[in-house]
Amino acid sequence: MFLASGCGGSDPSDGPTPLTVSAAASLTEALPAYADAIGAGVRFSFAGSDELTAQIRQGAPVDVFAAASTELPDALFAEGLVEKPVVFASNSLVIAVPANSGIDSIQDLTEPGVDLVTGTEEVPFGAYTRDLLDRLPAAQREAILANVRSEESDVKAAVGKLTQGAADAAFTYASDVTAASGQLRAIDLPPRLQPEVAYGVTVVKGSERPDAARAFVADLTGPDGRRALRDAGFEPPPGG
Amino acid sequence: MTRLPWFRGLLVTALTVTLIFLTLPVVAIFANAPPRELIASLGEEGALEALRLSLQASVTALAIILAFGTPAAWFLATRSFRGRSLVITLVELPLVLPPAVAGIALLATLGPGGLLGGLLEDAGLRLVFETAGVVVALTFVASPFYIRQAQAAFEAVDPTLLQASRTLGSGEARTFLRIAVPSARAGLLTGSALAWGRALGEFGATLVFAGSFQGITQTAPLAIVQRFGTDFTSAIALSAVLVVVSVVILLSAKYLSGSAGKASDARA
Repeated sequence: MFLASGCGGSDPSDGPTPLTVSAAASLTEALPAYADAIGAGVRFSFAGSDELTAQIRQGAPVDVFAAASTELPDALFAEGLVEKPVVFASNSLVIAVPANSGIDSIQDLTEPGVDLVTGTEEVPFGAYTRDLLDRLPAAQREAILANVRSEESDVKAAVGKLTQGAADAAFTYASDVTAASGQLRAIDLPPRLQPEVAYGVTVVKGSERPDAARAFVADLTGPDGRRALRDAGFEPPPGG
Repeated sequence: MTRLPWFRGLLVTALTVTLIFLTLPVVAIFANAPPRELIASLGEEGALEALRLSLQASVTALAIILAFGTPAAWFLATRSFRGRSLVITLVELPLVLPPAVAGIALLATLGPGGLLGGLLEDAGLRLVFETAGVVVALTFVASPFYIRQAQAAFEAVDPTLLQASRTLGSGEARTFLRIAVPSARAGLLTGSALAWGRALGEFGATLVFAGSFQGITQTAPLAIVQRFGTDFTSAIALSAVLVVVSVVILLSAKYLSGSAGKASDARA
């Protein structure tokens, strides 16, 4: 306690211990690039945002939590486990297919024999996929659901199924296709189907380096954060 | 023989620490949720289905492991040939392979774009996203647990018994079935229990190779991880069932192999 007040420094680069940042799997490329840009020493833990939420509820020693939704950090805030979350980016859901795939539209996903991969209903990309499918006519939705072969626990696992040639298509974020550097192709969805995908970030209460954690969160919405996120295929936060 | 008290104290301390470290997490599973809640959350859709799938897939995998592993272990135990230790190392490789790596390796071999993917497709066989793929993943990771134990058990069979059988005119196959397998029964049972337990707990290879879909590829460990985020009680309940099943498997193997060991001792 007095040790912390004795140091009082808030520069994230000269801290004795690196910050621990739990982040949505879809941020796997963007956040390390951002941490490099601001020179912060960070240890990342990437997984499905739902799993990271559960870990924080179980008391995992995390400094910053960045989720692929605003609901999960908001829920933790309501439970008093984190500080007030900030929306820092948005993303769009796309149909990701291998670069040489013949699939070109959402209608193609209704064809029998198409192996489709999605997320569990708990993980954000799985929840967004369900939102999107709910906006389709029932027959089309049922045909697409009949082609779902696996429900993955995070979006990178779904990407892996595509790049390994196990699956024909998956609903992923646009940024995941950017990150797959040419191996995958994104098929954009009609705007009326597009769910709003917003990313929330927050400082976890009990962090041993709250000042550094707050600086990390604040800079994420600044120029360095914006640039790293844009380069990784993310969009600015809704209305921002 | 002298026994130094300090050394004895060290041994007792080491065992106590080991025991607490290994059992406390298991105890915590049962301490974490009252029995009534546990049973209630098992009634939830998907939980029983995941358990059924786990049992079905692991028993199938065990049958395959026994059918191929027993003769293979016998061969390794009774023959010396060039490259034998290399073969043994290769057979044991899945023991030390990270399960996720095993899954990727299986995809690279048996997946649609894998080494044998074309052959499988021509044969109309699908493994990825199918229960058969779960069985393949379980068989891959669990085989060495059985084969190692079976090989050791066969090596420990009294050679004079085998010699007597041959002297009496029994062929190799007959000696294997009538003498070697019954004599090695204790070890074979222990190996089966270890392999079965490993198969029941398999997670990474299944997820990567076969995927996760309720009723088809989502085994109990996969269902547990899926529930971890949102429904901790249900995750704990499924965990508790797996603990009980694993303990039952281990205890029955110990009991059976104990009585089998006594039986073969008596015979000898």
